[in-house]
Amino acid sequence: MTGVSTATAEQSAPTAAPVRFWDRQRRLGVGLVLIGLVATILFGALAAAETARFTLSEDAEGAALSINGQLGAILFGVVALAAGGLLLAGLLRAYQTLVLSLGILAFVLSFLCWQVAGKFLPLVDTASGTLELAVPLILGALAGVLGERSGVVNVAIEGQFLMGAFGAALVGTMATSVWAGVISAAVGGVLIAAILAVLAIRYLVDQVVVGIVLNLLALGVTGFLYERLMQPDAQAYNQPPKMPEWRIPGLADIPVVGPVLFHTNGLVWLALILVFVVHFGLTRTRWGLRTRAVGEHPTAADTVGVRVRGLRYLNVLLGGVIAGAGGAYFTLVATGSFNKNMTSGAGFIALAALIFGRWTPFGALGAALFFGFAQKLATYLSAVGSPVPSQFLNMLPYLATIVAVAGLVGRVRAPAADGQPYIKS
Amino acid sequence: MANDHIDLTVEPGEVHALLGENGAGKSTLMNQLYGLLQPDEGEIVVDGQVRTFRSPRDAIAAGIGMVHQHFMLVPVFTVAENIALGAEKVRAGFLDRRRARREVLEVSERYGLPVDPDALIENLPVGAQQRVEIIKALTRDVDLLILDEPTAVLTPQETEELLGVMRGLSDAGKSIVFITHKLKEVKAIADRITVIRRGRTVATASPDTAEEELAALMVGRAVSLEVDKAPAEPGREVLTVSGLMVDDDRGVRAVDNVDLTVHAGEVLGIAGVQGNGQTELVEAIMGLRRPAAGSIRVDNEDLTGMSTKQILRSGIGYVPEDRSLDGVVKEFTVAENLVLDQYDRPPYGNAFQLDPGAVAASARERVEQFDIRTSSPDATVSTLSGGNQQKVVVARELSRPLRLFVAAQPTRGVDVGSIEFIHRRIIHEREVGTAVLVVSSELDEVVGLADRIAVMYRGRILAIVPPDTPREELGLLMAGITESRPGAGATEPATEEGTK
Repeated sequence: MTGVSTATAEQSAPTAAPVRFWDRQRRLGVGLVLIGLVATILFGALAAAETARFTLSEDAEGAALSINGQLGAILFGVVALAAGGLLLAGLLRAYQTLVLSLGILAFVLSFLCWQVAGKFLPLVDTASGTLELAVPLILGALAGVLGERSGVVNVAIEGQFLMGAFGAALVGTMATSVWAGVISAAVGGVLIAAILAVLAIRYLVDQVVVGIVLNLLALGVTGFLYERLMQPDAQAYNQPPKMPEWRIPGLADIPVVGPVLFHTNGLVWLALILVFVVHFGLTRTRWGLRTRAVGEHPTAADTVGVRVRGLRYLNVLLGGVIAGAGGAYFTLVATGSFNKNMTSGAGFIALAALIFGRWTPFGALGAALFFGFAQKLATYLSAVGSPVPSQFLNMLPYLATIVAVAGLVGRVRAPAADGQPYIKS
Repeated sequence: MANDHIDLTVEPGEVHALLGENGAGKSTLMNQLYGLLQPDEGEIVVDGQVRTFRSPRDAIAAGIGMVHQHFMLVPVFTVAENIALGAEKVRAGFLDRRRARREVLEVSERYGLPVDPDALIENLPVGAQQRVEIIKALTRDVDLLILDEPTAVLTPQETEELLGVMRGLSDAGKSIVFITHKLKEVKAIADRITVIRRGRTVATASPDTAEEELAALMVGRAVSLEVDKAPAEPGREVLTVSGLMVDDDRGVRAVDNVDLTVHAGEVLGIAGVQGNGQTELVEAIMGLRRPAAGSIRVDNEDLTGMSTKQILRSGIGYVPEDRSLDGVVKEFTVAENLVLDQYDRPPYGNAFQLDPGAVAASARERVEQFDIRTSSPDATVSTLSGGNQQKVVVARELSRPLRLFVAAQPTRGVDVGSIEFIHRRIIHEREVGTAVLVVSSELDEVVGLADRIAVMYRGRILAIVPPDTPREELGLLMAGITESRPGAGATEPATEEGTK
């Protein structure tokens, strides 16, 4: 090429990006310093100067990590403060995310030291509880990833959960088989997904509105059938077998990690495996490339011969399968029977996990685990009679999502064509 | 009906220009060839075989490729990913990325189309994106390549280069359909020219046909390609922009230390390839975007900090660059659109009500005066052609006494007849002593209208030159090259960019 063209080749590159003092790192730093101060001063002052024990076993006995509660609260608070200070000073830019995570972790630990002072927190139980609470969130968020990466907003995860939970309980009981339950849960999810897909893709109805309507529909249908069918004769219709726990010999003996990951039920494994499958599917396969293209620029995909609508149908329906299976968790793992509106908003937390996780499978996994931990901690706190209302922790997923959407934690960018129906010109 | 019994034959290795005004039906025709639209009647014959294209898939299979006017590239994908999309090579179930890269490099080398296969599309300038589009078609082994208005977004130099690439492709035996409304390019490259007007083939011409004749065929009557105007008689300074800095939506500096003055009774034209800060400059002047620094004064009154409404009411007219987004409310009637800026003031109404009689009366008058072709003033604007929609905008803005008239891309997507009319109105506005600022990415338009031309490149005014400056020189300036005019106001040597 000639010199002229190389000169023009750069023309749309940004003109000297303005250097702003209050960039993202410094804003995050301020936030972290503030919560670090709260941790150091408030938690430190409130914490009892007694030993906080984080036990490896189920009870107060046995091996444990111990620390003086007050000391711990102050110590970790100072760590959070220091991490915030680093960010604020504009240092360690290359390790920004790491420093931020460290700071937030320190804040959480400081909080725990305050709460656990004079008591004990069983680590294994907390970890496996976190993971189990996260399972439906992971599956729901993955369903969202599939739909939204191809351009269809799925607000109906909650409805898919409910249909899944209901289907699992009903068919599981009637067939006395957990697996029949899981399969019909998937069918329940697909039913909702199919309505969503047809209305959104074929009839171009606003996807958020359809999603909300479907949630209400699922709530109404399952509620009605529950009262008319399940309540009068629970034995025949609402006593599904519980999902068995499997134990992998050897691996299950690893301390802490073993019992959490390798002595658990199939849905946990399914959720974790699916995270990898969806991730590699999206990034490495033909299906994934096309899915992302359809979600970002459907016209471009169409002009190279990709079937835009077909792919969207496929992905929304696949999402229905996954979210439905997530619904099975509520009846086959968590409680053992269906109850009216038993998902109580978990579908929306899954949606929050999807956004907080920036529309990626691993992001969704991280967010789901974080939200699961918050929920688990909420139960723990109310059990030990903590002065912190558990509602605060239950608010966390929504609060985190608002923070994420407000752009405070990295740039959150939805697929460009998310929620836009594809109309051939 | 966009296409009415059109016949078109393209020979192997031929560059066939499809010439026609905006809205003549060129793109509609090509979208049928590419399977995006289905014809109601008639047939497509490829290599002696009748084919039906239900989707682009069929067209690609028949050896037809298309570079669309609006690039069909996924911004967040890499070059290689975009080229592979739809024709992905898979190894053991996974995408074969190495092979995709290799294919890009092969084609890129064979046809002299340099691109980086790993670059993200959103970080590439339009010229490079266009090369990606061409490579995308070539990797699909096309025999016929359709280029839809490919030069609209290019600098004159990039256009030259593209014409070179097209020559190379036709030498390699590929047929090319080159859609355009630019006569010079047609004459430079085409082997044969088909002229389309209002959905019909009106002529097949050879490239040695005179420009005037082609223009007449295209429009249906003799047109003057020049803008008639007397020399300007500049008066007082009306618009004074100094030290202006404006950031774009991403917070990147788009306008960088711009100084400008526009005098009463003169047209200052801003030339430059799209996306070099012109949009942000105009938005800042109109109060639609807050400047980061600097001042904008009209008759020594500072506009910065004033609302757009105040600015409009202080005697400034504005034709926005995106007509359907900012210029008109398409669902409103012509009459309503004509009073969008005045509806709450007498005689049209007050803070509480409209006077439909006054609105209708003034609409009838404007429709007459500005030759707006509409079935009635009460027809919605969406039923009008692009040119007539633009006349609605121009009519509205020129219906009040102005000190300054700002017109951004005043004739984009407008037919030649309306272009002539709008140009005459702009010159008329200059004649009555208004200061006029015209921003256009069509160099012909700027040269035709302006009394002085400011060339904008990467947010800066590189030079202010007279309109009789040679095209070549203007082209170089638009590409950011200022060496040929030492001390012409450039603040940064262009070679620095060239080495990046």
